Amino acid sequence: MELFFQQVLNGLTLGSIYGLVALGLTLVYGILHVPNFAHGALYMVGAYVSYITMVDFGVNYWVAMLLAAVAVAVLAVLCERLVFNPLRDAPPIHDKIAAIGIMLFLEALVQMQWGAEFRRMPTPYTEILDIAGMTIPAQRVLIIAGAFSLMAVLHLFLKKTMTGSTIVAMAQNREGAFLVGIDANRVAMMTFAISGALAAVGATLFAPINLVYPAMGHLLIMKAFVIIILGGMGSIPGAIVGGLIIGFAEAFGGFYISTDYKDIIAFALLVVILSIKPTGLFSKGVH
Amino acid sequence: MNALTKISNFLMTPAMKMVMIVAALLFPFVASNEYQIYVMALAFVWAIAVYGMNIITGLCGQLNLAHGGFFAIGAYTLAILTVDHGWAFWPAFIAAGAVGALLGFLVGVISLRLKEHYFAIFTLCVGFIIYLLLDKWEELTHGALGIINIPAPSGFGLVDFTETTPFYYLALAFMVLSIWLASRIAHSLLGRTFLAIRISDDLAASLGINLMRNKVLAFVLSTTYASVAGALYAGMVRFIGPAEAEVTHTFDMITYLLVGGIGTLMGPLLGTLAITWLTQSLQFLEEYRMIVFGPMLVVLVIFFPKGVVGSFLAWRGRRLAAAHDANTAKQAAVSKTSTDKTPATSTQEAGNHA
Amino acid sequence: MLKIHNLTKRFGGLAAVNNVSIEFEANKINAIIGPNGAGKSTFFNLVAGAMAPTEGRIEYQGMDITGMACDRIARLGIARTFQTTMLFDQSTVLDNLIVGHRLRTQSRLWDVIINSKRLRDEEKKCRARAQEVLDFVGLSHIGHRITADISQEEKKRVAFALALATDPELVLLDEPAGGINPEETENLAALIRKMVDHGVTVCLIEHKMDMIMSLADKIMVIDHGEKIAEGTPDEVKNNPLVIEAYLGSDEDAAA
Repeated sequence: MELFFQQVLNGLTLGSIYGLVALGLTLVYGILHVPNFAHGALYMVGAYVSYITMVDFGVNYWVAMLLAAVAVAVLAVLCERLVFNPLRDAPPIHDKIAAIGIMLFLEALVQMQWGAEFRRMPTPYTEILDIAGMTIPAQRVLIIAGAFSLMAVLHLFLKKTMTGSTIVAMAQNREGAFLVGIDANRVAMMTFAISGALAAVGATLFAPINLVYPAMGHLLIMKAFVIIILGGMGSIPGAIVGGLIIGFAEAFGGFYISTDYKDIIAFALLVVILSIKPTGLFSKGVH
Repeated sequence: MNALTKISNFLMTPAMKMVMIVAALLFPFVASNEYQIYVMALAFVWAIAVYGMNIITGLCGQLNLAHGGFFAIGAYTLAILTVDHGWAFWPAFIAAGAVGALLGFLVGVISLRLKEHYFAIFTLCVGFIIYLLLDKWEELTHGALGIINIPAPSGFGLVDFTETTPFYYLALAFMVLSIWLASRIAHSLLGRTFLAIRISDDLAASLGINLMRNKVLAFVLSTTYASVAGALYAGMVRFIGPAEAEVTHTFDMITYLLVGGIGTLMGPLLGTLAITWLTQSLQFLEEYRMIVFGPMLVVLVIFFPKGVVGSFLAWRGRRLAAAHDANTAKQAAVSKTSTDKTPATSTQEAGNHA
Repeated sequence: MLKIHNLTKRFGGLAAVNNVSIEFEANKINAIIGPNGAGKSTFFNLVAGAMAPTEGRIEYQGMDITGMACDRIARLGIARTFQTTMLFDQSTVLDNLIVGHRLRTQSRLWDVIINSKRLRDEEKKCRARAQEVLDFVGLSHIGHRITADISQEEKKRVAFALALATDPELVLLDEPAGGINPEETENLAALIRKMVDHGVTVCLIEHKMDMIMSLADKIMVIDHGEKIAEGTPDEVKNNPLVIEAYLGSDEDAAA
């Protein structure tokens, strides 16, 4: 039973990080219909910014997280301005290839600067908590609490603020948004900034129990894509629920089936689901 | 007719093809060392796979990100059959193509029901599954160790394909065959059918084209190309590991395709050769090549989405059209003044020969 | 020629097309009008097979084609154009049209590999058909041009030609005169009439009222997914329901 709850905890940890990353991805997709293959690289850059500022400059964990969020948000906006905006009317293959180009560039750049070796990110929260007979590393609690509070903040932002509701409006109906005079450029930049910041925070939360290296975003971005396909591309609750589904599937699959193949579970799930329902699990199937 | 026009016309003639083939045949004699021949042969092998990608992505418009995975499947099929099961090279080679086609069919039937982005993401995942399986399924694939001592293609006692130069000619022969078939397809009704799907699924369906059947056909063709290229690669390098299935190879091939000209006939070859030699001459770049390739991909899709060959064809097409218009105008003027002039030859040979 | 019985298409709870029945006669110009978002395009998509209806039946030349796939419907002789013209910009106009006759050919991969006689004959046939429809729409003089370089009106004509290359008996035109000037609209109307004179039945969606009123033999008006009127231009023009639908919405009212 204890082992079972341990897996629940693992699933929650994984699921909350997956959800956070998938949220950024799904927001960008909802607004611009760009599958941003570079999102995993943004996540990786976020981890590196936190790592460097903490290790090389001795900055506090939370300040480092904030710096990473700002830096990656700026980077994401730059990508939008310099790459995705010019490709707005290009054939659909082009923006995907450009996103891949950005990803390859960022990874190679980081690798050239800091090498390919694995690094461990320090965290001030190393104690092990003992809750109801279960041993829980504090960082995991932090991840779950941090990720879910960030989701809550994002939800409030989208629902309660003017800027947030413009983003939602544009995600729902792009032409309509133009008609009522929404500044599409501003919304696009805003969305990319949020998506980048979410990735950076996710990376800073998750990296201490994982490792930091140039290819760390690869698997994550692919899983995030699986999640938003499961949850319906562009859907915010879908990203969170999808993230949890994959998180739990991996935690339990890895434990009860095979650790070797736990990374395949998400993709196998995707193949099975798309074979049965080509438009994804929660899509409304309008087109 | 100025020099530029003459050159551009010559580039389109069958004579140009002969020039290229002769140049390729002579290359081993002018190469300054064996390594150059080796690099060229390797480039030919990759070019075959890129032609496959051009069929599904260039002609049919579906971005297949599992292409590198199918290349690896070809390589592994050959390696497993020859090393672990004692098959001779050529039967294993044919089996590799067949396995690529069969798996391509299975993956295609599922994935091609998905549109655009979904298809790209799905194939990215398929590529990753292939990589994970090659890496983890040790009983079948030898896992992370890879497979060593793969035999070279059998020369039936006539030639020795473990030598670089004979293998070079073998790779050249396969590449020429691949280009020949690709050109047959591209210029036929079948190629036009694929192209209609690239423009839009809705348009193609409204023209009575069965989307699923044609997309699956294009996909199977492309995976067959990839796995044949992979099998040749295994016979050339003679050692393979799970890294062959890494998605970077797919991205490399996209770069080749984009530089040369996506959807054109000579583009894949030109792009593959140009980038291969560029990376060779910038050896220090090998590991960090993506610092250059990444931004290059972005710049290409924004500013030169047609690539070298595509831009050339567009330029030439416009010139031909302008010449044709000028001709017609002249004829009209001439026929007004005097009625018994023979009309000039028409320029209706427009640009679909490159 | 085309009989529609109680056609309904619902998205979620919303009915985009609601219980529409109508009959279109052969060799006539039939028009569908209605305010924006009235369900005209959905109606077209249902007839062309791009979507399956929720309820109802579509009968074409006595055959039930309800829910049939797009490509099969095209092979039965229903062709269509789209609001936005979709053509391959990088090749010549003539090259764009050759694929139009593909559905009347049989060649497969094997024919391509061995370059069979069947393939060569069929390619000749497709090319000839492309030239024919190009002449028909009056564009034979620009067949050699790169498609990216021709005008908007010419592109519309090429799209017509592409539809005609499939040898259709019924052509669905989705806003053929969208984005072109009045004089060009006039010419396009003449072309539509010419199509009917050559035995093709036309069914079109259009916003330009003066064009519809002078062109159509029969008009169906839809509003909020429901048929509110049908008849000759004169009958429709004087129908109080139609006047109300148009005045009620912010649509630029009839001519």
